[in-house]
Amino acid sequence: MQPFKPVLLEAVGVPDGHSIASYKSRGGYAPLEATLAGKQPLDVVEMVKASGLRGRGGAGFPTGLKWTFLPKDHPGPIYLCVNADESEPGTFNNRIMMEDDPHQVIEGIILSSYATRATTAYIYLRYEYPQSWHRLQAAIDEAYAAGYLGKNIRGTGFSLDIYLHRGAAAYICGEETGLIESLEGKRAWPRIKPPFPAIEGLFRKPTVVNNIETMACVAQIARRGVDWFKSIGVPADPANPRDPGSYGPKLYCLSGHVEKPGCYEAPLGITARELIDRFGGGVWQGRRAKAVIPGGISMGLMTEGELDTPLDFAGPGKVGCLGLGTAAVVVIDDQTSIVDFLHNSCRFFAHESCGQCTPCREGTSWSLRLLERIKAGKGRLRDLDILLELGNTMGMMPGSTICGLADGAAWPIKNAIKKFRGEFEDYIKRTNPSGWMVTDPVPALQIVGAH
Amino acid sequence: MIAPRKILTDEMVAKIEALAPRYPNRRALTLPALHIVNAELRHVPLQAVAEIAAVLGLAPAEVQDTLTFYQFFHQEKPHGKVRAFVCRSVSCALRGGDHLLEHLCHKHGVEPYGTTADGELTIEPAECLGACDFAPCILANDDLLKNMTPESAEAELKKPRARAT
Repeated sequence: MQPFKPVLLEAVGVPDGHSIASYKSRGGYAPLEATLAGKQPLDVVEMVKASGLRGRGGAGFPTGLKWTFLPKDHPGPIYLCVNADESEPGTFNNRIMMEDDPHQVIEGIILSSYATRATTAYIYLRYEYPQSWHRLQAAIDEAYAAGYLGKNIRGTGFSLDIYLHRGAAAYICGEETGLIESLEGKRAWPRIKPPFPAIEGLFRKPTVVNNIETMACVAQIARRGVDWFKSIGVPADPANPRDPGSYGPKLYCLSGHVEKPGCYEAPLGITARELIDRFGGGVWQGRRAKAVIPGGISMGLMTEGELDTPLDFAGPGKVGCLGLGTAAVVVIDDQTSIVDFLHNSCRFFAHESCGQCTPCREGTSWSLRLLERIKAGKGRLRDLDILLELGNTMGMMPGSTICGLADGAAWPIKNAIKKFRGEFEDYIKRTNPSGWMVTDPVPALQIVGAH
Repeated sequence: MIAPRKILTDEMVAKIEALAPRYPNRRALTLPALHIVNAELRHVPLQAVAEIAAVLGLAPAEVQDTLTFYQFFHQEKPHGKVRAFVCRSVSCALRGGDHLLEHLCHKHGVEPYGTTADGELTIEPAECLGACDFAPCILANDDLLKNMTPESAEAELKKPRARAT
């Protein structure tokens, strides 16, 4: 790994690091002042495009490109929604940034609003982060008092208000159009696209939805420059014209069976093994990893043998995972049953499916019932094929759902059964010695009764 | 017939109205209004839903539709003075989250989502609390309880706590 000093996590451990005075002493808000004094909004868009910054929320879409989808010369209002509904299991980097360095986020929001000509920014914050709520609100108040927010900021004619909006514990609100619906006061049912939010989003106006970490990256690019940002990470693959590369620092959340769980900043492209060994102190209790989640539970599983995969935007996909996701790495040791893991995953998605699309609503709940039946010692080998069929048919990729939640639910199922089929088969044969080979249909009520 | 006594106080309505300038329409106040009422009453009864709807100029069904989507707002009776969300998602589960939940429910004689008879404590399973670096964890009102064991969690949940904001 190239020598590297944390930037996004600079304030962690600094006494009073979350205050505006501390932030300014580290060089914060100076780039904003310079931008407002001497640059046009399009200059900021060009800067972010040139940096190669890709959204940190999970999908990795190029941020500058997303901004250019906004209509030109729109009379307004244009909205910026900042996605702080960080609910992907294993992920907590937004929480750390909001609590320890809220002004970094706010400066990024102001710069992004200037670039996109948004005059109102809503931070959609998940309910489970009361500490972030208080820290962010205090920081917003400080920013107003310092004249970085409000009407006619620094005499430029640019006005911006930032409002905090709290969710109510629903994973689907992290999906960008689910977030918009929730903010509008409705149930958080994702919208059919197109129209994309850039054309018709919040309150039917052009809207950009960006993640908290993306906002912090914008602030750092403005402070340290495009060349600095591009010097970190993995360059675009010249053989693949569609690869935008993986530039910049990334916050990796490491949890599960490691000695030192935590949020660590590293260049994009660090391998899972390096992350676990160098930052996490290795797998706990001297054990070996059985499987590792590369970027939140919906990204699927890597096996021990796949741990040298680089965790950049292209890496996890090469070993059959869905993608880098939120870069939340969860280590599962060799004493853990993969059946238990998959049961936990299916329970999560069955609970969090919003219920709008039938394949997801039914697929997630039936996959949970199948796993409960297997765990209750009534599993049959055929159940594995049924689970795979569910996994292969629900989601945006097979084209059966509106949003990607179902793809996220399907990936752990597909990965776990493909990569650990032997363990599932052993478990089923061992716990259901008299019935594992049966292939007759199971009466539905009997399955329901198993849970 | 005597009209039922109002549940929303003037103070709650004032808090809701204070947020109105933030949004271009009043429907967007639904979730903030539910939070304001829930923070005071620890639940949002149907009568309150109708009153919120009246304040926002919506049909009661529109507010109820949003409320029921989230599974967050109790409606029949208030949750306990301490509401403990016990994380059961993957990182916590790998470090004993499910066991923690089971232990606490057993100790307090409640089912998950249940409230103790004295109305002091509600125990609810939660999906990822976003504190996987401190797994297993519990969110008790506004306090994040880190690296819990069944014993330390029991002791923590006996302590009085400030109301959730």
